Amino acid sequence: MDVPKPRILTRRWGLAGSHTLAVAEEHGGYASLRKALSMAPADITALVKASGLRGRGGAGFPTGLKWSFVPNAEKRAGKPVYLICNADESEPGTFKDRYCIWNDPHMLIEGCVIAAHAIGAKAAYIYLRGEFKYVKDRLDDALKEARAKGYVGKNIMGSGVDVDVWTHQGAGAYICGEETALLSSIEGHRGQPKLKPPFPAVEGAWHSPTIVNNVETLQVVPWLIEHGPDAYRAIGTEKASGTKLFSCSGNIKKPGVYELPLGYPMMELLNDECGGLLDGHTLKAVIPGGSSVPIMTPQEVAKATMDYESINEVAGSYLGSGGFIVMDERADLVDVLANLLRFYAHESCGQCTPCREGTGWMFSILDRLKSGDCTEDDIRILRDVANNIHSRTICFFGASAAMPVQSFLKKFPEEFFGRAGVSVPDDWRPAASAK
Amino acid sequence: MAHFPTPPLDGHGPVDWSPEDQAEIAELMTHYPTKRSALLPILWMAQRKWGWLSFDVMRLVATTVDLPPSEVYSVATFYTMLKKQPTGKYLIQVCHTLSCKLAGAEQIVDHIKKKLGISEGETTPDGMFTLMRVECLASCGSAPMMQIDDDFHEQLTPDSIDAILDGLAQGQPLPSPRPEVDQWTFRSLES
Ligand SMILES: Cc1cc2nc3c(=O)[nH]c(=O)nc-3n(C[C@H](O)[C@H](O)[C@H](O)COP(=O)(O)O)c2cc1C
Ligand code: SF4
Ligand code: FES
Repeated sequence: MDVPKPRILTRRWGLAGSHTLAVAEEHGGYASLRKALSMAPADITALVKASGLRGRGGAGFPTGLKWSFVPNAEKRAGKPVYLICNADESEPGTFKDRYCIWNDPHMLIEGCVIAAHAIGAKAAYIYLRGEFKYVKDRLDDALKEARAKGYVGKNIMGSGVDVDVWTHQGAGAYICGEETALLSSIEGHRGQPKLKPPFPAVEGAWHSPTIVNNVETLQVVPWLIEHGPDAYRAIGTEKASGTKLFSCSGNIKKPGVYELPLGYPMMELLNDECGGLLDGHTLKAVIPGGSSVPIMTPQEVAKATMDYESINEVAGSYLGSGGFIVMDERADLVDVLANLLRFYAHESCGQCTPCREGTGWMFSILDRLKSGDCTEDDIRILRDVANNIHSRTICFFGASAAMPVQSFLKKFPEEFFGRAGVSVPDDWRPAASAK
Repeated sequence: MAHFPTPPLDGHGPVDWSPEDQAEIAELMTHYPTKRSALLPILWMAQRKWGWLSFDVMRLVATTVDLPPSEVYSVATFYTMLKKQPTGKYLIQVCHTLSCKLAGAEQIVDHIKKKLGISEGETTPDGMFTLMRVECLASCGSAPMMQIDDDFHEQLTPDSIDAILDGLAQGQPLPSPRPEVDQWTFRSLES
């Protein structure tokens, strides 16, 4: 599409040595930090609010608004504030944060220090999934460079502001991407989610106010300081400003990470950026925002644009983390759904009965369905189990496991009933769409 | 949840930190407001040093962070990457989640099984390789992929797997392909 494709997050990607402090600084790195340190914290939060930036971790919650939930010093009564960067990146289909850190660790460090200053945090932690050891090593090297230059630590750039930034490595658990589980994990506990409220902004890590933000979210912040909120709002749609990184994978010619303005037509992402489907194949379905969001049909793909509102209006699905998974006619959706449910059954933290038992139950039905060893009733049970998990659990993982089942059964029922050797029952579609 | 079974009864025997380890642990603890928060990094240190987390190692870690051993055990068994039993010299973990599956992960697993003559969860008789399947490793655009120890190996083909595994068997260092700074979209796939 002939819209400008500004590069905000990827602006230093591709430069030789883009991960080093020298190259980052040569291309504008840490200039925003200097500027931000001279600003009042509340003004930075106001600027981020005005930009319309929404969290890139999956939920799309307005970032500036989240920051403003941190209680003021008087209400905190001496409690510290913490910033945590979520680099757990475990949602199937999502692989952008790894590239963000790998290609430009200093953009993340700068974003963390500015955000910490804005919310009054003296310590920031970057929680990386356990498998990102080599990414953590590069980030630790970058932190060493930044610390040596006085951009991290005490009295940053002589401003009197202290912010320390530490990395923390997880050890293999998808659920640690959920923010309250992440907090349990960083405190040295099993990574199990907690009920909200209290929300982390009020009571998070070590019982103190804590802001959790995704890597991509924090990396936008230096650009916002430099260019101002209006420039950001000028990109994207009215309700979804700025650019977004899309992780594209599956049956396409050019899988990879693409930075595009929000509101970009989905079909053009598929055909122009991703190079289209492999020759001779036709589109069967797309999962637009990581494995947890509802699946989309080709008709829906043709109508939707890549932003929170459109995907929801057109397909009842979500932009999520921007993990765009494309499947052509060869994909067997029974097999695909069984694959996803095996993932959810494996990753459930086990605290809530509907989630712990339901994910395993759904997987075993789908596993039997794969070989056709299933009846119409089994498919009804599958839908009932999914409906009974959604909204009945401590964390949103339960819904994340239910939504693929609900949407596959609703949008592609022939595949499932066909496998059981029956046609789609007359009462199926209206009942399915009621949910 | 945890895909390593519970520890075997035998372990390492008495273990202790070196003075350098102790200095590293003391430094680690300065990062956090509580001692317990250093538990995960210390478990990682222990795993690097002793290869896996036996009861002996977990007891030492418990003393280090002032926790009952049962708490350390509870945490260690939650996380799949913490090994509660020994593995071969190289741990091969093939991703079999959706994007990798669409790119042929099953054939990758089959190829490795045949090549090494082992099933999933097994170790080769010479103790060199252990094979496992894992869930999405955030490398879906460069599928199919596997992780060997700390390294990602992406865009796998039977030939590239042979090169990697033969190299390791002959004691060559890992080729360590990683996302290149000038390559965040990948080679065009064959049509
Ligand atoms: C099951 C589950 C897994 C999640 N995994 C991640 C993740 O890997 N990375 C991430 O940034 N957010 C993840 N989230 C969202 C976080 O809970 C949190 O909302 C997010 O990190 C906030 O950052 P943002 O406001 O910048 O989007 C997950 C949420 C759930 C329910
Ligand atoms: S919904 Fe699932 S993952 Fe979340 S707390 Fe409950 S059992 Fe754990
Ligand atoms: S599906 Fe294999 S790395 Fe994501």
